[in-house]
Order: sequence, then structure tokens, then C-alpha cells
Amino acid sequence: MSTDRSTGPTSGSNGRSSTDLGEPTVRVHVNGMTRELGATSTTSLLRALRSAGLTGTTGACEQGECGSCSVVLDGALVCSCLVAAFTCDGRSVTTIEHGVAADLGDALERHGAVQCGFCTPGMVMAATTLLDRCDGALTRGAVTEGLAGNLCRCTGYRGIIEAVLEVDGLRRNGA
Amino acid sequence: MRRVGTSVRRPDVAAKIDGSFVFSNDVTADDELYGATVRSPHAHARIIDLETSGLAADPEVVCVLSIEDVPGARLVGHIVADQPVFADGVARYHGEPVAFVVATTQEAAWAAADRLVVSYGPLPVLHDPERALDPASPRLRAGGNVVRRAHLRRGGDVSGAPVEVEATFHTARQDQAFLGVESALALPDADGGVTLRLATQDLHTDQHQIAAALDLPLDKVRLEMAGIGGAFGGREDITLQIHLALAATVTGRPVRTTYRRAESFLAHPKRHPARLHYRLGAELDGTLRYVYARILLDGGAYASTSMPVAGSAAYFAAGPYRVPAVDVEATSVCTNNPVSGAMRGFGAVQACFGMESAMDLLAAELGIDPVELRRRNVLAPGDAFPTSGQPVGDAAPLAELIDRCVELPLPQRADPDDPYALPGGTGNTSTAANVRRGVGFALGVKNHLYAEGMQEEATATVVVDATGVEVRSAASEVGQGVVSALAQIASDELGGQEVRVAGAHSDHGYAGSSSASRATFVSGGAVRDAAGEAARLLRARVAQRWSVPEAEVELRPTGVLVRGELLPLAIVIGEEPIAATATFLAPSTERGDEHGQGSVHVSWMFVAHRAVVDVDAQLGLVKVVQVATAQDVGIAVNPRAVRGQLDGGIAQGLGLAVMEHLQSVEGVVANATFTDYLVPTTADMAATEVALVERPDPAGPFGLKGVGEPPVLSSTPAIVAAIRAATGRALTRVPVRPEDIVGTS
Repeated sequence: MSTDRSTGPTSGSNGRSSTDLGEPTVRVHVNGMTRELGATSTTSLLRALRSAGLTGTTGACEQGECGSCSVVLDGALVCSCLVAAFTCDGRSVTTIEHGVAADLGDALERHGAVQCGFCTPGMVMAATTLLDRCDGALTRGAVTEGLAGNLCRCTGYRGIIEAVLEVDGLRRNGA
Repeated sequence: MRRVGTSVRRPDVAAKIDGSFVFSNDVTADDELYGATVRSPHAHARIIDLETSGLAADPEVVCVLSIEDVPGARLVGHIVADQPVFADGVARYHGEPVAFVVATTQEAAWAAADRLVVSYGPLPVLHDPERALDPASPRLRAGGNVVRRAHLRRGGDVSGAPVEVEATFHTARQDQAFLGVESALALPDADGGVTLRLATQDLHTDQHQIAAALDLPLDKVRLEMAGIGGAFGGREDITLQIHLALAATVTGRPVRTTYRRAESFLAHPKRHPARLHYRLGAELDGTLRYVYARILLDGGAYASTSMPVAGSAAYFAAGPYRVPAVDVEATSVCTNNPVSGAMRGFGAVQACFGMESAMDLLAAELGIDPVELRRRNVLAPGDAFPTSGQPVGDAAPLAELIDRCVELPLPQRADPDDPYALPGGTGNTSTAANVRRGVGFALGVKNHLYAEGMQEEATATVVVDATGVEVRSAASEVGQGVVSALAQIASDELGGQEVRVAGAHSDHGYAGSSSASRATFVSGGAVRDAAGEAARLLRARVAQRWSVPEAEVELRPTGVLVRGELLPLAIVIGEEPIAATATFLAPSTERGDEHGQGSVHVSWMFVAHRAVVDVDAQLGLVKVVQVATAQDVGIAVNPRAVRGQLDGGIAQGLGLAVMEHLQSVEGVVANATFTDYLVPTTADMAATEVALVERPDPAGPFGLKGVGEPPVLSSTPAIVAAIRAATGRALTRVPVRPEDIVGTS
């Protein structure tokens, strides 16, 4: 029943690059660098980023439920799976590849906030946004609510919440 | 300083935080193709025709594979080979693979899979596990619908006690819901073999099944671990491995695929739904006289690990108690429901919910505090395990677990002005005046390692070369931190040297699965022995070359100390690396006799949980405020990683208690999304309090025990007991739904 055409006319084409297929592209400022991303009518920003080799952003549901694909788009934390790449022309995107604040990375490690790590980049993006945006000291409730859109199946969240609270406290004390 | 016993930094953490860690869906190859699985929309149907000619004109489609294309064994399976690589004339569950479409882009492969016309002839769906036992029901497998009936009997009569309670409980189908969906890349090799870069709990069990289906010798099937985005039992069975390997050998090109979430829900085996009927008999002072239990497990369409799951459900059906008479039976049956198999806790989770719920009924009947009732009945060193008769030895610190757990601090009353603290959270649905608090307590027990006569072993190699020390093992890092544990163990044997752990590979020797709380135990034992041998060889070499007695050669973190001189490893090793391979054999177990009696387990892990909940009984909303636990961990190899296992397991136990239920309607899965299958978020998760009880296990390397599974055992019944205490409701089913609390169901 197999219809093997591996030696047919498609052989040798590299299916990964959407631009090879003449598909439309957009120019997006990713982590301060302008990149051309493939963007058909159905390409999500998540898939466009990953196709461009930025695989630090993961995706676990592609329905906006898990938060693992979180990036910052023009200053707003978004699920990149829910953003159509073609709407991103000329816009600015910050991904995990931009870098992680040393204090946050250190606190996540010390509090055991990482196990399988699949949720971690998205969690870092959400935590970074939360820490950067808060006016007063973060309460436990605010951290809980601020990270409630990011699923983690391994850790039970305790270490993640403790790490964010600790970083907020240390930053406020000028440490 | 010894590293075992300290919270050293995990070697994989930095890359996981900065996003550079390579998960299995990050692996690519030049010139790769993409696969998409065609799945049965029916729970039970004949496959009349598979019409591929419609795809022939699609320039992006490379090939379509189905059962006719499988060159070797058509049936595979984790334990028994009963599951076809593709549906072979009949689809037996919703989502069963029927064909695999290979195309030049992933999107084209999915689109083509959607366009493939499969003609089905629907068959009667056997979706009720009770009916599977009915001789009049269709037989779904040769030999009948019973996959295993594990009947254990010990002691005398199981009737006539002065006090008796009887009830039936149910637990739902739970999905592992690991975040990293199934994904892998298969590469054709020049020798006609295939290399897979994948995420799996068990490289060698996969390797055997792939080789059988492709009719290849084992050494031509090479498996290389890519990063695993969680597992929890859901990566023990074959899903995409054979489809990809076959596609790569047929096309001669690399082929990869990544499942979508809905597909992932359909593809891997899940926790068995269970019906648990219990009858407990006791003296007036609460001393248990007997446990009678009948447990029915819905195994779904194929065997997977149903046989040992049934064994586990039966052996832990009487809990960690001294019970003179036991008659328990666990039966796993075949249905047209999703395949059930391994999930963290492995049958003992369901049994624990039944037994602990029954214990609470008994406590209420006797008017004895539930914690006190347990104190009066727990196993003590030297007792016989209730279901097997096996002596429990000294590593059974149950009284201490109870004490340590109940001593942990209780949470404050919820702040009535804090919306985060109330059931329903910031939905502002509850008012503090309607909220009632409840406290529940439960104990759990499970064995670590495989049981019932399976010899447990693992092999590892330690290589010392001029660049340092490397551990080579096939153990799966599923997130639990086994790479850290193995490095810690090797480092201690080698005088504190830095140790790196190579990526797991099927060439590294058998390690078995990261399951049954066994990986650190068995592979840790192998690494200890291999590293100890490498250290001995290293000392011997230095002693000979420098003409000193071996006793004067000391391994240090930065080199080798010889008569006061610290020699760097590069000088000592030169161009001649030292390699030592060791196989660790765990103590043997035996199959039980005709009544299941015997030394069937290596040893056990025990745990206590206390849960505090706030319930709005008018709205049926639950906030699990706190779960406190004391766990028997042997020794904590890495206390921070151990804490992570306890917290994370409690989250999954909480999920089963109040949220998680993969539902099916006549065999068709109804909620295969994270929108409808709810796993706990930060807002749902309880605070945790933890006490580690370290009582070295004589069976374990360094005295260690497994730690991964106990956190999911008694967290669920403790939470439900707390909801019962708050509401007065009987609550015989998990997850507890709002209507169970408000009383409309």
C-alpha cells in the first residue's frame, strides 16, 4: 500500500524553510535583530520563530492554554501560538534567547524550579514580565495569579513561586 | 565533601533555563521529511478500505505507510506483543494509528492525513469494563477479555468481625499530560539500519520492539536520547517510534514528526480507571481483622502494562497495615476504551484511594480519630506485609511518618479579604462566610523496582580520560534528576572529581525504564560499582607508575595526590583512558504462589499525607489549602530534587482528587485538550510542607529508596478525606466534582 515517491521530483527539496517554497515572509525585530520569518496565513508566531531556529520557545498545546510558548510582543506577554506571524511585520518580539536575568536564573536553580524544563522558558518570560512590571512588592497571590497561565507538570510550582518572590525581594532591597 | 546527600546543582538546569536545552522536538536533519498519523475516529471498527490514490497527485506527499508495509512483527507491546503497529483490519480504540503519511512539510503531511479516505465498518463498542466480564459480551482478544486477574489470599475468614464497613469507590482515567508532546527524528543508516533521536523512558524496550517490527538485528537499531519534556509513565509504550523508523528506511531520508496535543492525549496509555469494592472488618478497638477488596481496572484496547498494574493494585490493596486476613482481587479487562498502562503510582494509586477511603469509613463507624485508627494498625518492623506475607524488615518507619506528618504546621485561616485564598479564586464567587475548612489524612505504600520475579538490573560505564570523568548510562532523564544523581554517586567514588553524564544511548548497556521509582536505585548502583572499579584501576595505575603503595595514592577533586604531590588527571591518564563497566543486580524477588504469597517485592516506600481544604459547599468549589507530607526516602541523594518529586507528585495527586478526568463517550475521547482536561495551575496548587524520613533501606545502594511515586499515592485520598470532613458528603469518586459536593448528583 505504500506509494513511495522518495526518488520523485520532490526529492532533495528541503521542506523546513518556508521561504524556499516562495511563501510570504514578514520582517520582525527579534531580540533586537531584524529577521525574516516565514508567514503563511496559518503560520503562528510560535512556528515562525521555531522554524527560524529559535527553538528555546516551546509549545505544548498550541491553544493558548499552557503558556510554554510565551514571548513578549511589543511589550505584552503573549502566547506566541495564538499570534498569526503575518501580523508581526515591523513589530518587536523578545524570546528566551534574549537572555535570562542572572538573579532569576540563579533563584530558579536554587529553589528547584526546574525538572523536565519544557515549561521553563515560558515560565521565565512570564516571571520576567511580572518582575519588571510590578509597582509595589509582589505578593504571593500576585505571583500565583501572574503565573497561572503557565502550566508545569513536574514541580508543583512551589520552587518557581519562591524563586520569583525571592528575586523581587532582593531587587527591592537593592541587592 | 561527599556529594550524595547534598543539593548539588543539576547539570541540565542552566540549558533548561536559557532555552538552549535540546528537546526531542528541537532535533532536525538536513533533507528531512515529515510524518502525520492517520487515526481511527471510531472506538471499534473494521477497516474496509484505505484509499491512497487521492494523494498520488500531491507533489508534497512522499509515501503512505500502513500495516502491509511492516516488514517484520506486526504486533508489538511493552510486555506482550498484542498491539498492531498499525490497525490490522480492525481499529480497537479511538485514535488507533491506521496509516502514516510522509510529506515534504509537516503541514502537508497533516493535510494529506486529513484527506486520506478510510472506509470503516463500525463494530459494537465495548466501553463498560463491567460488561467486559460478561460471557455474552464480544471477545476483544484471544483468550477472553480478562488481561489479568490477580487474586491474593492470606489468613482466615474475611467476614464476621464485630465492626464491618463496606463501600464502592471509583477513580477516573488520568492522563500523564507531560508538556513535551511525542516527537522524534529517524535517520536511515548506511548499513540498512536506523537511528532514532527520541524521548523515551526506556531505550532498550523501544529498541527491541522497533527491531522486531522492522525485522532488523538489534545492533542496527540505534536509539539516542533527546531531551524529554516529562513522562510520568506515558513514554513507556511505542507511539511514533516504529512509524518513523519504518518511514526512514522506506524513503531513505530522515523523517520526523511532532504530535499535536489532542493526538498526544489519544496516543499514549493512561492511568487505569478503577472500580474498587471494599469490605473491612475490625475489632471494637479498631484493630483490623480483614480486608476484602475487588478491584476492576479498565485496561482499554491492548495489554500494555495492565498485567503488572493489576498485580500492583492487588498487592497494595490492603495498604501499609497489619491485617491477619486478606482476600483481594484486581482484574484488568480489555475494552474499546483508550489503552491504559503506566502512570506514576501504577495501580497502587487506585488501591490507595479505595483502602484509605474505607479506613475513614471504619474510623467514623468506630468513632475513632482517623489518624489514631491508622496508628493502631500500621506495619512495624518484622511484620508480614498484608497481601504477600513477605516480612517488611526494618525499613518501615510508619509510626514515625505519622508523627512527623501531623507535627508539620497547619495553615492559617484564609484571609477573608484575599480573593486568591477563597475557593474559586479571583472569580469572586465565594464569600468567606460560606467557606468551611476540612482536614484529611491518608497513608500510602508501594514497592520500588519491578516485582513478582523480574530480576532487576542495570549496567553503566565510567570512563576516565585526560578530559575528565564521564558516566555512560542508558537511564532516562525524564526531569527527575537522575543525571545529577549519577554524577553525584560517581564523583563520591572518584574522590570528588567533576563528572559529566553522557547523553543516554542504546549502546550504553541496559538500564531499563525510568519508572517504578527505580532509575536512581538500579543505575545508581551500577554507577557506584563502575566508578568504584574505575577508581581502583586509577589508583593501581598511579601506584605502579610512581612506584608507591596503592594506599598512598589518593583521589582528589582536582587530580591524584601521590606522596604530597597533586598530579592533574591529564598527566596521570595520558593517552590511555580507564574504563570500567558494571552491572548492578538488585535483590531477587519471586513470583507469588497460587495465593500470591511470597517475597514478591524488593522492598517498599511508605508515605503519609495530610490535606487541608476550604470548601464552598453551596457552590461545590474546593481550594486545597495545604498538603503536608512525611515520606520514607531511605536516604535523600539530592534533597532539593527529592523535594521536587514530592511537590510535583502532590500536584498530580491533587489533579486526580479534584480536576483530572479524561472522559470518553462510548469509547470516543471527549476532552483531549488542555481547555477541557484540566491540570493544576499555580492557582489550583496547594502549599506543601515536607518532612523527609531517612531510614536507609538495606536493599538499596547507599540505603536509598525510590521517591518518585509515593507523592501521588495518598495525596489524593487525603484531599478527598478533607473535603468529606468539610462537607459531610460520602464522596466515593475522584475527581470530586462540584455536583458531588452540592448534592445534585
